[in-house]
Amino acid sequence: MGFHLLSPSYCCGYQPSPPISHGLLRFRPVTGIPKPSPQKGQLHQSRRASKVLAYYGITTPPYKLDALEPYMSQRTLELHWGKHHRDYVDSLNKQLVKSPLYGHTMEELIKVTYNNGNPLPEFNNAAQVWNHDFFWESMQSGGGKLPQGGVLQQIEKDFDSYSNFRDTFVESAMALFGSGWVWLVLRTEEKKLSVVRTSNAICPLVWGDIPIIALDMWEHAYYLDYKDDREKYINTFMDNLVSWHAATVRMLRAEAFVNLGEPKIPVA
Amino acid sequence: MGGASLLSALACGVSSSSIGAPPHSFLCPTPNRRRKSRRKVRCAPITAQFELKPPPYPLDSLEPHMSRETLEHHWGRHHRGHVDSLNARIAGTQLEEMELEDVVVASYNKGSPLPPFVHAAQVWNHDFFWRSMEPGGGGKPSGELMGLIERDFGSFERMLKEFKEAASTQFGSGWAWLAYKANRLDVGNAVNPCPSEKDNKLVIAKTPNAVNPLVWDYSPLLAVDVWEHAYYLDYENRRADYVSIFMEKLVSWDIVSSRLHIATARAAERAREDERRRREDDVEITNREAVEMYVDSDNDSEPE
Repeated sequence: MGFHLLSPSYCCGYQPSPPISHGLLRFRPVTGIPKPSPQKGQLHQSRRASKVLAYYGITTPPYKLDALEPYMSQRTLELHWGKHHRDYVDSLNKQLVKSPLYGHTMEELIKVTYNNGNPLPEFNNAAQVWNHDFFWESMQSGGGKLPQGGVLQQIEKDFDSYSNFRDTFVESAMALFGSGWVWLVLRTEEKKLSVVRTSNAICPLVWGDIPIIALDMWEHAYYLDYKDDREKYINTFMDNLVSWHAATVRMLRAEAFVNLGEPKIPVA
Repeated sequence: MGGASLLSALACGVSSSSIGAPPHSFLCPTPNRRRKSRRKVRCAPITAQFELKPPPYPLDSLEPHMSRETLEHHWGRHHRGHVDSLNARIAGTQLEEMELEDVVVASYNKGSPLPPFVHAAQVWNHDFFWRSMEPGGGGKPSGELMGLIERDFGSFERMLKEFKEAASTQFGSGWAWLAYKANRLDVGNAVNPCPSEKDNKLVIAKTPNAVNPLVWDYSPLLAVDVWEHAYYLDYENRRADYVSIFMEKLVSWDIVSSRLHIATARAAERAREDERRRREDDVEITNREAVEMYVDSDNDSEPE
């Protein structure tokens, strides 16, 4: 079973007709409701307001729920995706019914609700929806091993070696206290790759950085499979789950926004 | 196991005034003079270590509401890990001679926590949590506690609702608390202008990660751990169910009542202390004023 190239999850606006539903501006067709006005930022109030409008939909991971066994069990995915991720989507939609934040793409919504460090109530839900989308796509069955091509070169340039990067990543994840995420990001200002860890729902998009890989360090992500053995979970992620294909695609897109300074890097 | 949590031949009651010292000094190694005096004491081995206290009931006695497996991991791995980390971090510093509550408040450092804080706070929180539960717990409180609950929340059901709401809305990891608040300000000369009995009241609070209401000078009465490791094996993602069962079947209202008793006594004692100190200050000011007036009247009588 091959890995089909996904459009990067933070691609906005245009979508090829997807085999997977993508959680951008879509709503469940509801009969009898007139078409909404296309202007952003206007909350469209329908006269027949008894039906629920779904502003964002849940995406499915690009693999079956048992595809990551034995490293991440089917039960974990059923709960993590089917309950936690879905709850975030439903809660977000409920909040958006009453708020004027209609019409944003997910990335815009995260930045707007982050509100420069004073987050609005919708932030947690919006960011967690995006983070989880990103996380599913950061993994694949048969993942792990080494990155290739341009990603490997960039990692070696910014961390001296892949194993240095791996150690930094593992250390950062182990040092995280409480719930949060660990990221490999491309920093737009410093123009280099870096490992960051964030608390709760925060994601590097809010600082304008471009995430390449994410690891969910909330306990619900690993407790059923690894209990409190976080080191094993992190190492398993790096050795068996992380999708360097997805990382390559994301780097490819990121290079359109960040001049890494060396036009000779063959990314593909 | 059990008994005093701190064994030290040099244990001294650390008064709250010493916590005013510059915070980083707690992490400095104990000064030389202390080490010299240690060498003289040869008979007792000196260990200033915190112990991992077991819950006051067997690990399987909270079934089916909290499984033995959860307790084995939660107490045996998570709680134990924090105790070990705490001992490692405070070894050789001034913190290791303090009581656990003092370590928590000192390392919180008024909002800029030092590295031992998370471990100290989590050790204290988990000790508190195990002791908040009992097999066959639940039911309703009575006596003074019930009276205060009804006064401050309207009814027991409303308090339950607010508690569950706090626990469910704590985003990420953390704790939900029922605490007794004695309405004090942490400033030397602050005085409540219209004190009344109602200022000392019950409140519900939620805290992130390791923080606990001790750092706000509240007296915690009841805690529920809403870190996911506390309920994931038994309830998966259903935090609300976990908290409901905790309140209905596990919480030990006797212990909560006894904590309230201690808290009110402590609050009364501190109020008396404050009153006494204020009276002393007043007397001092009066004396000083008298001296100044004497000096002024002297100057006034000098010819220009």
